[in-house]
Amino acid sequence: MTDTLQPSQTAPPAPEQVEFQPHRRWYRRPEILGPVLVVVVGYVLLIVGVEEHSRFSTRMTAEGRSDFDWMYFWHLVPLMVRGLLVTAKATVLGFTVAAILGFFLALGRRADSRWVSWPTAAVIEFVRSTPLLVQLFFWLAFIRATGLITPEGAEAIGFSRSLLILTLGLGIHYATYCSEAYRAGIDSVPKGQWEASTALNLDPRTKWEKVIIPQAIPNALPALGNFLVAGFKDAPMGFIVGVPGILFFANTVRGEDFRVTEPFFLVGVGFLMASLPAAWLVRRLEERIAYERT
Amino acid sequence: MGDLILTPNQYDRFLEGTWLTVQVLGYSFVLGIVLSLLFGVARLSEREWVRGAALVYVEFARGISSIVLLFIIGLAVPILLDVGQAPLVLLASIALGLNMGGYGAEIVRGAIEAIPRGQTEATIALNLSPTQRLRHVILPQAMRIILPPMGNLTIEILKGTALISLLGAPDLLQQVFNLRQTTLAGDAPVSLSVLLFNALIIYFILAQVINAGFRYAERRLEARYEPRQPDIAGTPETAGAGG
Repeated sequence: MTDTLQPSQTAPPAPEQVEFQPHRRWYRRPEILGPVLVVVVGYVLLIVGVEEHSRFSTRMTAEGRSDFDWMYFWHLVPLMVRGLLVTAKATVLGFTVAAILGFFLALGRRADSRWVSWPTAAVIEFVRSTPLLVQLFFWLAFIRATGLITPEGAEAIGFSRSLLILTLGLGIHYATYCSEAYRAGIDSVPKGQWEASTALNLDPRTKWEKVIIPQAIPNALPALGNFLVAGFKDAPMGFIVGVPGILFFANTVRGEDFRVTEPFFLVGVGFLMASLPAAWLVRRLEERIAYERT
Repeated sequence: MGDLILTPNQYDRFLEGTWLTVQVLGYSFVLGIVLSLLFGVARLSEREWVRGAALVYVEFARGISSIVLLFIIGLAVPILLDVGQAPLVLLASIALGLNMGGYGAEIVRGAIEAIPRGQTEATIALNLSPTQRLRHVILPQAMRIILPPMGNLTIEILKGTALISLLGAPDLLQQVFNLRQTTLAGDAPVSLSVLLFNALIIYFILAQVINAGFRYAERRLEARYEPRQPDIAGTPETAGAGG
Protein backbone atom coordinates (compact mmCIF):
# COMPACT_ATOMS: atom_id res chain seq x y z
CA MET A 1 0.00 0.00 0.00
CA THR A 2 2.61 2.51 1.08
CA ASP A 3 4.89 2.40 -1.95
CA THR A 4 2.04 3.13 -4.33
CA LEU A 5 1.11 6.19 -2.34
CA GLN A 6 4.59 7.76 -2.48
CA PRO A 7 4.87 10.42 -5.14
CA SER A 8 7.28 9.36 -7.83
CA GLN A 9 10.05 11.83 -8.47
CA THR A 10 11.48 10.22 -11.53
CA ALA A 11 9.76 9.00 -14.61
CA PRO A 12 8.07 5.68 -14.02
CA PRO A 13 10.33 2.80 -15.01
CA ALA A 14 9.43 0.82 -18.04
CA PRO A 15 6.86 -1.78 -17.08
CA GLU A 16 8.55 -5.04 -16.33
CA GLN A 17 7.92 -7.68 -18.90
CA VAL A 18 6.18 -10.42 -17.02
CA GLU A 19 6.12 -13.70 -18.75
CA PHE A 20 2.68 -15.24 -18.64
CA GLN A 21 2.73 -17.92 -15.99
CA PRO A 22 -0.26 -20.13 -15.90
CA HIS A 23 -1.37 -20.99 -12.41
CA ARG A 24 0.84 -23.69 -11.02
CA ARG A 25 -0.72 -27.09 -11.27
CA TRP A 26 -2.09 -28.40 -8.00
CA TYR A 27 0.51 -31.17 -7.85
CA ARG A 28 3.29 -28.62 -7.86
CA ARG A 29 1.91 -26.66 -4.94
CA PRO A 30 3.22 -28.17 -1.70
CA GLU A 31 0.51 -26.56 0.43
CA ILE A 32 -2.07 -28.52 -1.54
CA LEU A 33 -0.05 -31.63 -2.26
CA GLY A 34 0.85 -32.17 1.40
CA PRO A 35 -2.68 -32.50 2.78
CA VAL A 36 -3.76 -34.48 -0.27
CA LEU A 37 -0.95 -36.98 0.28
CA VAL A 38 -1.79 -37.29 3.97
CA VAL A 39 -5.44 -37.90 3.14
CA VAL A 40 -4.62 -40.47 0.44
CA VAL A 41 -2.15 -42.35 2.64
CA GLY A 42 -4.59 -42.38 5.55
CA TYR A 43 -7.32 -43.55 3.24
CA VAL A 44 -5.28 -46.42 1.79
CA LEU A 45 -4.09 -47.45 5.26
CA LEU A 46 -7.65 -47.54 6.53
CA ILE A 47 -9.00 -49.55 3.62
CA VAL A 48 -6.13 -51.98 3.17
CA GLY A 49 -4.78 -52.15 6.69
CA VAL A 50 -7.93 -52.45 8.77
CA GLU A 51 -9.32 -55.94 9.01
CA GLU A 52 -12.71 -56.72 10.35
CA HIS A 53 -12.53 -58.93 13.38
CA SER A 54 -15.94 -59.60 14.72
CA ARG A 55 -14.61 -61.20 17.90
CA PHE A 56 -14.02 -58.91 20.82
CA SER A 57 -13.18 -61.32 23.60
CA THR A 58 -11.76 -59.88 26.79
CA ARG A 59 -9.04 -61.57 28.80
CA MET A 60 -10.11 -60.37 32.20
CA THR A 61 -13.32 -59.91 34.07
CA ALA A 62 -14.38 -56.86 35.97
CA GLU A 63 -14.86 -56.81 39.67
CA GLY A 64 -18.44 -57.91 39.94
CA ARG A 65 -19.66 -55.66 42.70
CA SER A 66 -18.42 -52.30 41.47
CA ASP A 67 -20.29 -50.34 38.84
CA PHE A 68 -17.15 -49.11 37.24
CA ASP A 69 -13.82 -50.94 37.21
CA TRP A 70 -10.92 -48.83 35.94
CA MET A 71 -8.61 -51.79 35.32
CA TYR A 72 -11.22 -53.40 33.13
CA PHE A 73 -11.81 -50.04 31.40
CA TRP A 74 -8.15 -49.73 30.39
CA HIS A 75 -8.07 -53.35 29.38
CA LEU A 76 -10.84 -52.68 26.85
CA VAL A 77 -8.99 -49.84 25.10
CA PRO A 78 -7.25 -51.91 22.36
CA LEU A 79 -10.51 -53.63 21.50
CA MET A 80 -12.27 -50.29 21.27
CA VAL A 81 -9.57 -48.92 18.95
CA ARG A 82 -10.03 -51.94 16.70
CA GLY A 83 -13.74 -51.23 16.48
CA LEU A 84 -13.15 -47.53 15.95
CA LEU A 85 -10.84 -48.24 13.01
CA VAL A 86 -13.47 -50.40 11.33
CA THR A 87 -16.01 -47.63 11.85
CA ALA A 88 -13.57 -45.16 10.29
CA LYS A 89 -13.02 -47.50 7.36
CA ALA A 90 -16.76 -47.79 6.78
CA THR A 91 -17.02 -44.00 6.98
CA VAL A 92 -14.45 -43.32 4.28
CA LEU A 93 -15.89 -46.03 2.04
CA GLY A 94 -19.40 -44.67 2.45
CA PHE A 95 -18.25 -41.11 2.00
CA THR A 96 -16.52 -41.98 -1.28
CA VAL A 97 -19.84 -43.22 -2.61
CA ALA A 98 -21.54 -40.12 -1.21
CA ALA A 99 -19.07 -37.66 -2.71
CA ILE A 100 -19.32 -39.19 -6.19
CA LEU A 101 -23.03 -39.92 -6.22
CA GLY A 102 -23.79 -36.54 -4.66
CA PHE A 103 -22.11 -34.74 -7.52
CA PHE A 104 -24.31 -36.47 -10.06
CA LEU A 105 -27.38 -35.80 -7.94
CA ALA A 106 -26.45 -32.11 -7.90
CA LEU A 107 -26.09 -32.12 -11.69
CA GLY A 108 -29.37 -34.00 -12.05
CA ARG A 109 -31.13 -31.48 -9.89
CA ARG A 110 -29.88 -28.60 -12.04
CA ALA A 111 -30.78 -30.38 -15.28
CA ASP A 112 -32.77 -28.34 -17.78
CA SER A 113 -35.35 -31.04 -18.32
CA ARG A 114 -37.84 -31.16 -15.51
CA TRP A 115 -38.27 -34.87 -16.18
CA VAL A 116 -34.81 -35.23 -14.67
CA SER A 117 -34.69 -32.43 -12.14
CA TRP A 118 -37.99 -33.04 -10.37
CA PRO A 119 -37.53 -36.76 -9.66
CA THR A 120 -33.97 -36.06 -8.52
CA ALA A 121 -35.19 -33.37 -6.16
CA ALA A 122 -37.89 -35.74 -4.84
CA VAL A 123 -35.37 -38.52 -4.19
CA ILE A 124 -33.01 -36.11 -2.43
CA GLU A 125 -35.79 -34.78 -0.22
CA PHE A 126 -37.05 -38.26 0.60
CA VAL A 127 -33.68 -39.74 1.51
CA ARG A 128 -32.64 -36.65 3.46
CA SER A 129 -35.69 -36.55 5.70
CA THR A 130 -35.91 -40.21 6.64
CA PRO A 131 -33.74 -41.90 9.29
CA LEU A 132 -30.54 -43.59 8.20
CA LEU A 133 -31.27 -46.41 10.62
CA VAL A 134 -34.52 -47.32 8.86
CA GLN A 135 -32.79 -47.00 5.51
CA LEU A 136 -30.08 -49.41 6.63
CA PHE A 137 -32.67 -51.94 7.76
CA PHE A 138 -34.41 -51.43 4.43
CA TRP A 139 -31.27 -52.05 2.39
CA LEU A 140 -30.48 -55.10 4.48
CA ALA A 141 -33.96 -56.55 3.92
CA PHE A 142 -33.96 -55.53 0.27
CA ILE A 143 -30.57 -57.09 -0.48
CA ARG A 144 -31.44 -60.25 1.39
CA ALA A 145 -34.73 -60.57 -0.47
CA THR A 146 -33.36 -59.90 -3.93
CA GLY A 147 -29.95 -61.48 -3.48
CA LEU A 148 -28.33 -58.47 -5.12
CA ILE A 149 -25.10 -58.88 -3.15
CA THR A 150 -24.23 -62.40 -2.10
CA PRO A 151 -21.77 -62.95 0.75
CA GLU A 152 -19.46 -64.77 -1.68
CA GLY A 153 -19.64 -61.94 -4.19
CA ALA A 154 -18.73 -59.46 -1.49
CA GLU A 155 -15.77 -61.55 -0.32
CA ALA A 156 -14.51 -61.65 -3.88
CA ILE A 157 -13.82 -57.92 -3.85
CA GLY A 158 -12.32 -58.04 -0.39
CA PHE A 159 -15.11 -56.68 1.82
CA SER A 160 -17.75 -58.36 3.91
CA ARG A 161 -21.33 -58.09 2.78
CA SER A 162 -22.35 -56.18 5.89
CA LEU A 163 -19.67 -53.58 5.21
CA LEU A 164 -20.93 -53.20 1.65
CA ILE A 165 -24.50 -52.70 2.87
CA LEU A 166 -23.32 -50.03 5.32
CA THR A 167 -21.28 -48.39 2.55
CA LEU A 168 -24.33 -48.35 0.31
CA GLY A 169 -26.70 -47.04 2.97
CA LEU A 170 -24.32 -44.43 4.33
CA GLY A 171 -23.26 -43.46 0.80
CA ILE A 172 -26.77 -42.91 -0.50
CA HIS A 173 -27.88 -41.08 2.65
CA TYR A 174 -24.95 -38.68 2.64
CA ALA A 175 -24.98 -38.31 -1.16
CA THR A 176 -28.14 -36.28 -0.76
CA TYR A 177 -26.39 -34.03 1.75
CA CYS A 178 -23.31 -33.75 -0.46
CA SER A 179 -25.47 -32.83 -3.44
CA GLU A 180 -26.66 -29.78 -1.51
CA ALA A 181 -23.04 -28.85 -0.79
CA TYR A 182 -22.13 -29.17 -4.45
CA ARG A 183 -25.20 -27.23 -5.46
CA ALA A 184 -24.26 -24.36 -3.16
CA GLY A 185 -20.71 -24.54 -4.51
CA ILE A 186 -21.88 -24.38 -8.11
CA ASP A 187 -24.27 -21.55 -7.32
CA SER A 188 -21.45 -19.61 -5.71
CA VAL A 189 -19.55 -19.39 -9.00
CA PRO A 190 -20.20 -15.79 -10.11
CA LYS A 191 -22.62 -15.23 -12.96
CA GLY A 192 -19.90 -13.53 -14.98
CA GLN A 193 -17.97 -16.79 -15.20
CA TRP A 194 -20.93 -18.51 -16.85
CA GLU A 195 -21.46 -15.61 -19.20
CA ALA A 196 -17.76 -15.48 -20.06
CA SER A 197 -17.83 -19.19 -20.90
CA THR A 198 -20.74 -18.58 -23.22
CA ALA A 199 -19.01 -15.54 -24.74
CA LEU A 200 -15.87 -17.61 -25.37
CA ASN A 201 -18.05 -20.24 -26.99
CA LEU A 202 -16.70 -22.98 -24.74
CA ASP A 203 -18.41 -26.28 -25.23
CA PRO A 204 -20.25 -27.55 -22.12
CA ARG A 205 -17.53 -30.06 -21.30
CA THR A 206 -14.74 -27.49 -21.27
CA LYS A 207 -16.92 -25.03 -19.42
CA TRP A 208 -17.55 -27.47 -16.59
CA GLU A 209 -14.07 -28.99 -16.50
CA LYS A 210 -11.98 -25.83 -16.74
CA VAL A 211 -14.19 -23.06 -15.41
CA ILE A 212 -17.03 -24.11 -13.14
CA ILE A 213 -15.79 -27.18 -11.27
CA PRO A 214 -12.34 -25.77 -10.33
CA GLN A 215 -14.13 -22.87 -8.65
CA ALA A 216 -17.12 -24.75 -7.27
CA ILE A 217 -15.27 -27.60 -5.53
CA PRO A 218 -13.11 -25.46 -3.19
CA ASN A 219 -16.28 -23.67 -2.10
CA ALA A 220 -18.00 -26.97 -1.44
CA LEU A 221 -15.06 -28.50 0.47
CA PRO A 222 -15.83 -27.24 4.00
CA ALA A 223 -19.43 -28.43 3.77
CA LEU A 224 -18.24 -31.78 2.45
CA GLY A 225 -15.81 -32.02 5.36
CA ASN A 226 -18.64 -31.36 7.78
CA PHE A 227 -20.65 -34.16 6.22
CA LEU A 228 -17.67 -36.49 6.47
CA VAL A 229 -17.58 -35.83 10.22
CA ALA A 230 -21.35 -36.24 10.40
CA GLY A 231 -21.07 -39.52 8.50
CA PHE A 232 -18.48 -40.70 10.99
CA LYS A 233 -20.97 -40.06 13.77
CA ASP A 234 -23.61 -42.14 12.00
CA ALA A 235 -21.31 -44.98 10.95
CA PRO A 236 -21.54 -46.84 14.32
CA MET A 237 -25.12 -47.67 13.32
CA GLY A 238 -23.52 -50.27 11.08
CA PHE A 239 -23.62 -52.71 13.95
CA ILE A 240 -27.25 -53.46 13.06
CA VAL A 241 -26.15 -54.92 9.72
CA GLY A 242 -23.22 -56.68 11.36
CA VAL A 243 -20.25 -54.39 10.73
CA PRO A 244 -17.84 -54.98 13.63
CA GLY A 245 -17.48 -51.30 14.42
CA ILE A 246 -17.30 -49.46 17.71
CA LEU A 247 -20.84 -50.17 18.92
CA PHE A 248 -20.53 -53.78 17.80
CA PHE A 249 -17.58 -53.97 20.18
CA ALA A 250 -19.59 -52.51 23.05
CA ASN A 251 -22.53 -54.78 22.40
CA THR A 252 -20.34 -57.87 22.17
CA VAL A 253 -18.68 -57.05 25.47
CA ARG A 254 -22.07 -56.40 27.00
CA GLY A 255 -23.28 -59.78 25.81
CA GLU A 256 -20.20 -61.76 26.86
CA ASP A 257 -19.09 -60.11 30.10
CA PHE A 258 -22.39 -58.58 31.20
CA ARG A 259 -20.64 -55.25 31.73
CA VAL A 260 -22.34 -52.13 30.45
CA THR A 261 -20.80 -49.01 31.94
CA GLU A 262 -17.15 -49.53 30.94
CA PRO A 263 -17.55 -50.39 27.24
CA PHE A 264 -20.14 -47.71 26.53
CA PHE A 265 -18.28 -44.94 28.35
CA LEU A 266 -15.13 -46.04 26.56
CA VAL A 267 -16.98 -45.77 23.25
CA GLY A 268 -18.00 -42.24 24.15
CA VAL A 269 -14.44 -41.26 25.07
CA GLY A 270 -12.97 -42.87 21.97
CA PHE A 271 -15.52 -41.21 19.79
CA LEU A 272 -14.85 -37.75 21.17
CA MET A 273 -11.09 -38.28 20.76
CA ALA A 274 -11.63 -38.98 17.07
CA SER A 275 -14.41 -36.59 16.13
CA LEU A 276 -13.24 -33.44 17.96
CA PRO A 277 -9.89 -33.18 16.11
CA ALA A 278 -11.69 -33.99 12.85
CA ALA A 279 -14.21 -31.21 13.43
CA TRP A 280 -11.36 -28.85 14.34
CA LEU A 281 -9.54 -29.67 11.09
CA VAL A 282 -12.68 -28.97 9.08
CA ARG A 283 -13.04 -25.62 10.84
CA ARG A 284 -9.43 -24.78 9.96
CA LEU A 285 -10.14 -25.68 6.33
CA GLU A 286 -13.23 -23.50 6.39
CA GLU A 287 -11.28 -20.50 7.70
CA ARG A 288 -8.52 -21.03 5.20
CA ILE A 289 -10.83 -21.24 2.21
CA ALA A 290 -12.79 -18.23 3.38
CA TYR A 291 -9.44 -16.42 3.62
CA GLU A 292 -8.33 -17.41 0.14
CA ARG A 293 -11.61 -16.34 -1.37
CA THR A 294 -11.40 -12.77 -0.16
CA MET B 1 -46.85 -52.43 -7.11
CA GLY B 2 -50.19 -52.88 -5.41
CA ASP B 3 -48.60 -54.94 -2.65
CA LEU B 4 -46.66 -51.90 -1.42
CA ILE B 5 -49.82 -50.87 0.41
CA LEU B 6 -50.60 -52.56 3.71
CA THR B 7 -53.91 -53.44 5.31
CA PRO B 8 -55.70 -50.87 7.50
CA ASN B 9 -55.06 -53.12 10.48
CA GLN B 10 -51.33 -52.89 9.90
CA TYR B 11 -51.49 -49.14 9.53
CA ASP B 12 -53.19 -48.97 12.92
CA ARG B 13 -50.14 -50.61 14.44
CA PHE B 14 -47.95 -48.15 12.57
CA LEU B 15 -49.91 -45.26 14.05
CA GLU B 16 -49.32 -46.57 17.58
CA GLY B 17 -45.61 -46.52 16.94
CA THR B 18 -45.79 -43.14 15.26
CA TRP B 19 -47.44 -41.71 18.35
CA LEU B 20 -44.52 -42.79 20.52
CA THR B 21 -42.08 -41.39 17.98
CA VAL B 22 -43.90 -38.06 18.04
CA GLN B 23 -43.90 -38.04 21.85
CA VAL B 24 -40.16 -38.60 22.05
CA LEU B 25 -39.67 -35.96 19.38
CA GLY B 26 -41.79 -33.51 21.38
CA TYR B 27 -39.96 -34.06 24.67
CA SER B 28 -36.52 -33.86 23.11
CA PHE B 29 -37.55 -30.80 21.11
CA VAL B 30 -38.60 -28.93 24.25
CA LEU B 31 -35.42 -29.91 26.08
CA GLY B 32 -33.35 -29.12 22.99
CA ILE B 33 -34.84 -25.64 22.60
CA VAL B 34 -34.31 -24.79 26.26
CA LEU B 35 -30.69 -25.98 26.14
CA SER B 36 -30.11 -24.17 22.84
CA LEU B 37 -31.26 -20.84 24.19
CA LEU B 38 -29.47 -21.31 27.50
CA PHE B 39 -26.12 -22.31 26.07
CA GLY B 40 -26.40 -20.13 22.98
CA VAL B 41 -26.67 -17.10 25.25
CA ALA B 42 -24.06 -18.47 27.65
CA ARG B 43 -21.57 -18.78 24.79
CA LEU B 44 -21.66 -14.98 24.53
CA SER B 45 -21.55 -14.32 28.26
CA GLU B 46 -19.22 -11.72 29.72
CA ARG B 47 -17.92 -14.14 32.31
CA GLU B 48 -15.14 -16.31 31.01
CA TRP B 49 -16.03 -19.44 32.97
CA VAL B 50 -19.60 -19.34 31.69
CA ARG B 51 -18.35 -19.07 28.11
CA GLY B 52 -15.90 -21.90 28.74
CA ALA B 53 -18.50 -24.18 30.29
CA ALA B 54 -20.89 -23.55 27.41
CA LEU B 55 -18.14 -24.29 24.90
CA VAL B 56 -17.34 -27.58 26.63
CA TYR B 57 -20.99 -28.58 26.52
CA VAL B 58 -21.40 -27.63 22.86
CA GLU B 59 -18.26 -29.46 21.75
CA PHE B 60 -19.26 -32.50 23.79
CA ALA B 61 -22.84 -32.62 22.50
CA ARG B 62 -21.78 -32.18 18.90
CA GLY B 63 -18.69 -34.34 18.99
CA ILE B 64 -20.32 -37.40 20.47
CA SER B 65 -22.65 -39.08 18.07
CA SER B 66 -26.36 -39.22 18.92
CA ILE B 67 -26.39 -43.01 18.78
CA VAL B 68 -23.42 -43.29 21.15
CA LEU B 69 -24.95 -40.75 23.51
CA LEU B 70 -28.24 -42.62 23.42
CA PHE B 71 -26.56 -45.89 24.39
CA ILE B 72 -24.58 -44.24 27.16
CA ILE B 73 -27.61 -42.52 28.66
CA GLY B 74 -30.01 -45.36 27.99
CA LEU B 75 -27.82 -48.23 29.21
CA ALA B 76 -24.76 -47.11 31.16
CA VAL B 77 -25.93 -44.12 33.17
CA PRO B 78 -28.87 -45.85 34.93
CA ILE B 79 -26.49 -48.56 36.18
CA LEU B 80 -23.85 -46.07 37.28
CA LEU B 81 -26.36 -43.92 39.13
CA ASP B 82 -28.14 -47.00 40.39
CA VAL B 83 -31.59 -45.72 39.50
CA GLY B 84 -32.88 -49.10 38.41
CA GLN B 85 -35.36 -49.20 35.58
CA ALA B 86 -35.89 -45.64 34.46
CA PRO B 87 -38.52 -45.04 31.76
CA LEU B 88 -36.90 -45.48 28.39
CA VAL B 89 -38.80 -42.65 26.72
CA LEU B 90 -37.48 -40.20 29.31
CA LEU B 91 -33.86 -41.34 28.91
CA ALA B 92 -34.06 -41.30 25.13
CA SER B 93 -35.56 -37.81 25.15
CA ILE B 94 -32.78 -36.57 27.43
CA ALA B 95 -30.14 -38.01 25.11
CA LEU B 96 -31.69 -36.57 21.96
CA GLY B 97 -32.41 -33.25 23.67
CA LEU B 98 -28.79 -32.96 24.84
CA ASN B 99 -27.66 -33.69 21.33
CA MET B 100 -30.03 -31.15 19.80
CA GLY B 101 -29.03 -28.52 22.36
CA GLY B 102 -25.40 -28.63 21.21
CA TYR B 103 -26.28 -27.91 17.60
CA GLY B 104 -29.05 -25.49 18.55
CA ALA B 105 -26.76 -23.45 20.79
CA GLU B 106 -24.49 -22.76 17.83
CA ILE B 107 -27.50 -21.66 15.76
CA VAL B 108 -28.65 -19.31 18.53
CA ARG B 109 -25.16 -17.92 19.03
CA GLY B 110 -24.75 -17.27 15.29
CA ALA B 111 -28.12 -15.54 15.14
CA ILE B 112 -27.41 -13.31 18.14
CA GLU B 113 -24.04 -12.36 16.69
CA ALA B 114 -25.76 -11.42 13.42
CA ILE B 115 -27.91 -8.77 15.13
CA PRO B 116 -26.40 -5.35 14.44
CA ARG B 117 -24.38 -3.91 17.33
CA GLY B 118 -26.47 -0.78 17.33
CA GLN B 119 -29.38 -2.73 18.80
CA THR B 120 -27.32 -3.64 21.87
CA GLU B 121 -26.01 -0.12 22.17
CA ALA B 122 -29.54 1.24 21.96
CA THR B 123 -30.70 -1.00 24.80
CA ILE B 124 -27.79 0.20 26.91
CA ALA B 125 -28.72 3.78 26.10
CA LEU B 126 -32.31 3.02 27.12
CA ASN B 127 -31.03 1.53 30.38
CA LEU B 128 -32.62 -1.86 29.84
CA SER B 129 -31.38 -4.68 32.01
CA PRO B 130 -29.50 -7.49 30.23
CA THR B 131 -32.54 -9.76 30.64
CA GLN B 132 -34.84 -7.17 29.13
CA ARG B 133 -32.37 -6.64 26.32
CA LEU B 134 -32.40 -10.32 25.43
CA ARG B 135 -36.09 -10.86 25.95
CA HIS B 136 -37.48 -7.83 24.16
CA VAL B 137 -34.85 -6.71 21.67
CA ILE B 138 -32.25 -9.27 20.68
CA LEU B 139 -34.09 -12.59 20.70
CA PRO B 140 -37.20 -11.45 18.77
CA GLN B 141 -34.93 -10.29 15.97
CA ALA B 142 -32.67 -13.34 16.19
CA MET B 143 -35.75 -15.55 15.86
CA ARG B 144 -35.96 -14.79 12.15
CA ILE B 145 -32.45 -16.15 11.66
CA ILE B 146 -32.91 -19.05 14.07
CA LEU B 147 -36.08 -20.56 12.62
CA PRO B 148 -34.93 -21.97 9.24
CA PRO B 149 -31.91 -23.92 10.54
CA MET B 150 -33.89 -24.95 13.62
CA GLY B 151 -36.42 -26.60 11.31
CA ASN B 152 -33.67 -28.66 9.70
CA LEU B 153 -32.31 -29.54 13.13
CA THR B 154 -35.74 -30.74 14.25
CA ILE B 155 -35.90 -33.06 11.25
CA GLU B 156 -32.48 -34.39 12.25
CA ILE B 157 -33.88 -35.12 15.70
CA LEU B 158 -36.90 -36.84 14.15
CA LYS B 159 -34.43 -39.05 12.32
CA GLY B 160 -32.63 -39.62 15.61
CA THR B 161 -35.80 -40.90 17.30
CA ALA B 162 -35.60 -44.04 15.16
CA LEU B 163 -32.57 -45.00 17.24
CA ILE B 164 -34.65 -45.56 20.38
CA SER B 165 -36.00 -48.78 18.90
CA LEU B 166 -32.49 -50.18 19.38
CA LEU B 167 -33.05 -49.80 23.11
CA GLY B 168 -36.36 -51.63 22.81
CA ALA B 169 -38.89 -48.79 22.88
CA PRO B 170 -41.98 -49.65 20.79
CA ASP B 171 -41.63 -46.77 18.34
CA LEU B 172 -42.47 -46.77 14.64
CA LEU B 173 -39.44 -48.81 13.62
CA GLN B 174 -40.01 -51.33 16.39
CA GLN B 175 -43.61 -51.77 15.24
CA VAL B 176 -42.27 -52.83 11.84
CA PHE B 177 -40.45 -55.73 13.44
CA ASN B 178 -43.43 -56.60 15.63
CA LEU B 179 -45.64 -56.67 12.57
CA ARG B 180 -43.13 -58.82 10.80
CA GLN B 181 -43.32 -61.33 13.64
CA THR B 182 -47.12 -61.51 13.52
CA THR B 183 -47.25 -61.79 9.74
CA LEU B 184 -44.75 -64.61 9.84
CA ALA B 185 -47.09 -66.42 12.22
CA GLY B 186 -49.93 -66.40 9.71
CA ASP B 187 -52.04 -63.40 8.79
CA ALA B 188 -51.17 -61.75 5.49
CA PRO B 189 -47.51 -62.38 4.73
CA VAL B 190 -45.70 -59.21 3.78
CA SER B 191 -42.02 -58.78 3.11
CA LEU B 192 -39.84 -56.85 5.52
CA SER B 193 -38.63 -54.44 2.87
CA VAL B 194 -42.22 -53.42 2.05
CA LEU B 195 -42.94 -52.80 5.73
CA LEU B 196 -39.77 -50.74 6.09
CA PHE B 197 -40.58 -48.77 2.97
CA ASN B 198 -43.95 -47.86 4.45
CA ALA B 199 -42.23 -46.80 7.66
CA LEU B 200 -39.89 -44.59 5.61
CA ILE B 201 -42.89 -42.93 4.01
CA ILE B 202 -44.40 -42.20 7.43
CA TYR B 203 -41.11 -40.64 8.57
CA PHE B 204 -41.10 -38.61 5.37
CA ILE B 205 -44.62 -37.34 6.04
CA LEU B 206 -43.68 -36.41 9.62
CA ALA B 207 -40.67 -34.50 8.31
CA GLN B 208 -42.85 -32.63 5.84
CA VAL B 209 -45.27 -31.73 8.64
CA ILE B 210 -42.37 -30.30 10.67
CA ASN B 211 -41.20 -28.44 7.60
CA ALA B 212 -44.64 -26.96 7.01
CA GLY B 213 -44.92 -25.97 10.68
CA PHE B 214 -41.66 -24.09 10.60
CA ARG B 215 -42.56 -22.42 7.31
CA TYR B 216 -45.82 -21.27 8.88
CA ALA B 217 -44.00 -19.91 11.92
CA GLU B 218 -41.54 -18.11 9.66
CA ARG B 219 -44.37 -16.51 7.71
CA ARG B 220 -46.10 -15.44 10.91
CA LEU B 221 -42.86 -13.89 12.10
CA GLU B 222 -42.13 -12.16 8.83
CA ALA B 223 -45.64 -10.76 8.75
CA ARG B 224 -44.95 -9.02 12.04
CA TYR B 225 -41.96 -7.24 10.55
CA GLU B 226 -43.11 -6.50 7.03
CA PRO B 227 -45.84 -3.86 7.42
CA ARG B 228 -43.41 -1.58 9.20
CA GLN B 229 -40.75 -1.50 6.55
CA PRO B 230 -42.44 0.72 3.92
CA ASP B 231 -43.49 2.90 6.81
CA ILE B 232 -39.92 3.50 7.91
CA ALA B 233 -38.60 3.98 4.41
CA GLY B 234 -41.49 6.27 3.54
CA THR B 235 -41.05 8.92 6.19
CA PRO B 236 -38.07 11.09 5.40
CA GLU B 237 -37.01 11.97 8.93
CA THR B 238 -36.75 8.36 10.13
CA ALA B 239 -35.06 7.35 6.88
CA GLY B 240 -32.43 10.00 7.49
CA ALA B 241 -31.97 9.05 11.12
CA GLY B 242 -30.60 5.66 10.19
CA GLY B 243 -27.68 7.16 8.29
